[in-house]
Order: sequence, then C-alpha cells, then structure tokens
Amino acid sequence: MEEKQLHDDLASIRNLMERSSKFISLSGLSGILAGIYALIGSGFIYYAMRPVMSRFPLADNETITFTDDFWGETSFINILVLVGALVLVASVATGVFLTIRKAKKKGQPVWGNTSKLLLFNMAVPLITGAAIVLILISKGYYGIIAPASLIFYGLALLGASNFTFGDVKYLAILEVILGLAGALFPVYGLLFWAIGFGVLHIIYGSIMYFKYDG
Amino acid sequence: MTGKNPFEKLDKAFENRVRLQIMSVLMVNERYDFNSLKELLDITDGNLASHLKALEKDEYISVNKSFLGRKPNTNYAATETGKKAFKQHLDALELLIKQQKKG
Repeated sequence: MEEKQLHDDLASIRNLMERSSKFISLSGLSGILAGIYALIGSGFIYYAMRPVMSRFPLADNETITFTDDFWGETSFINILVLVGALVLVASVATGVFLTIRKAKKKGQPVWGNTSKLLLFNMAVPLITGAAIVLILISKGYYGIIAPASLIFYGLALLGASNFTFGDVKYLAILEVILGLAGALFPVYGLLFWAIGFGVLHIIYGSIMYFKYDG
Repeated sequence: MTGKNPFEKLDKAFENRVRLQIMSVLMVNERYDFNSLKELLDITDGNLASHLKALEKDEYISVNKSFLGRKPNTNYAATETGKKAFKQHLDALELLIKQQKKG
C-alpha cells in the first residue's frame, strides 16, 4: 500500500465519521444575527416599558397591583411575550435560511439523519421550557420567564452539542449558569436574558463564524 | 521494528474504499439507512448494495429491513465482529504509518 493511499484512507474515515454523525452546517453568522435581534428586543422592552418596570418588581412574589391605565399588567405581559416571540421567529428564520445556504455549500443534506437528531434533541427541552414558562406566566409568576428560558435553552443546546460542533457545549453551560444566576437575582432578569440571548450569541456566533464558516 | 509484517494485519474486506467508508459511518452511528448512506457516500444504488452485501457476508454488518409506511426501509448496523475487525485494521494502518516515518 502506498503512503498516499494510506493517508487518503485515514482522511476519508475521519471525514465520514464526522459528516455522518454531526450536523456541521450550522451557520455562525446566524448566531451573531440572533444575538443582535435579542439585544434589540430587550432594549425595546427596557426603554419602552421603563415607566412600568419601576412599578413592576419582578422579584416580588406578592400580588402586583397596577394603577397605570395605559400599561396595564395584561398588556405589559402581552408585549413582553410578543417581543419574545418576534425575536424567536426572526432568529429561527435567519438560522434556517443561513443554514440551508451553508449546507448546500458543504454538500450536506439539510434534512438528513444528523439534522433530525439535532432538532429532536433540542425540541424536547425547548418545548418543555416553553410550556412551563407559559404555564407560570398564566399563574402570574413573571420572575420565572428570564431564568427558565435561559436554563431550558441551555439544556437544549447541551443535548444538541452531541450532534454538531462540540463548542456548542460551552455555550450551553454558560446559558444554564446565567439562568441560575438570574433565578437568584430576579430583579435583573431582563439583563441576564439580554446577556444570555444577546451577548453570548454574538460572541459564540463570531467564534463559530471565524472557525468554521470560512 | 516489530517482527510481524503489518501488511498481513490489514483486513482484505477494507481494501476497498467504499467498504472502509461504510464501516466508518457505522462505527459512530448506531444504525444508518440505505438512502442516507447513498447520499452521504455519493455512489450508485448498485455499487453500494454490492459492497453492503460483501460486508454482510463477512458478518461485519447486520441488516434490518422494515417498512416506513409503504416504503421499504433498510437499516444497517456494525456487528461486534465488524467493530473489532475495523479497529484492528485501523491499528494496522497506524503501524504502517509509523514504519514509513522511520524509513
């Protein structure tokens, strides 16, 4: 056996082991954009809602009473949920679009074994998290929104990290830690949320972009 | 230098690149279906089928046929024998590279 064939054999083993078991077409750029959407969303909530926020101590477990006619409690929560949903939809749409583009370039099927495993492993913790957040919102526990969404998102990423770039694991752990910190200091929920979904996504997206997107 | 000739340790079944590739995929995935394998390796049905048959005959892989709705779905998995043979083949490759570096 010639040396060249030997090295080709090894390269092909390595390449197939990775390509068959990991979805390596995730786009780093979409992480950066998702982070920017999250920052815009939390910035909007912070500034537009400031008059309410001051009377809306998220840490307070006692009943919150609203005298403000313009921003009632219900409309505040509606807007919070609406902005969150908009950020989510925009991020997912961007992610799907850029990932399809990258998969085409890499010659990896977008809807193959690996992407199915990736999505399934993310979906279970994400849907559980979304459900518990919505249930608690309906019962008036608003302080749970930021920490719970960070923790469940982190757990979803941890599950997903087995099926894509291993680096995602570190992002996952950081999201969980931020979520737990957010649960300790609920007053700063929005700040933790902005760091977790905004700043961390931008940093990780940039790292992934320079490491793998080129 | 080892006394034995590492060439003898190379598995004849893996001399073919496609068979080596199929085994690589089945080492890291519990199972893989025919169509996904075909897409991944970018080869024809006939070509893939003949190599899968050969590996099956050596009992390196096991075949599991089922139906997804009305579509037949064939899954492949590496057997213990296959995994062992693949590891030995890798060890032999490693040995060969070491010897070439010395030489």
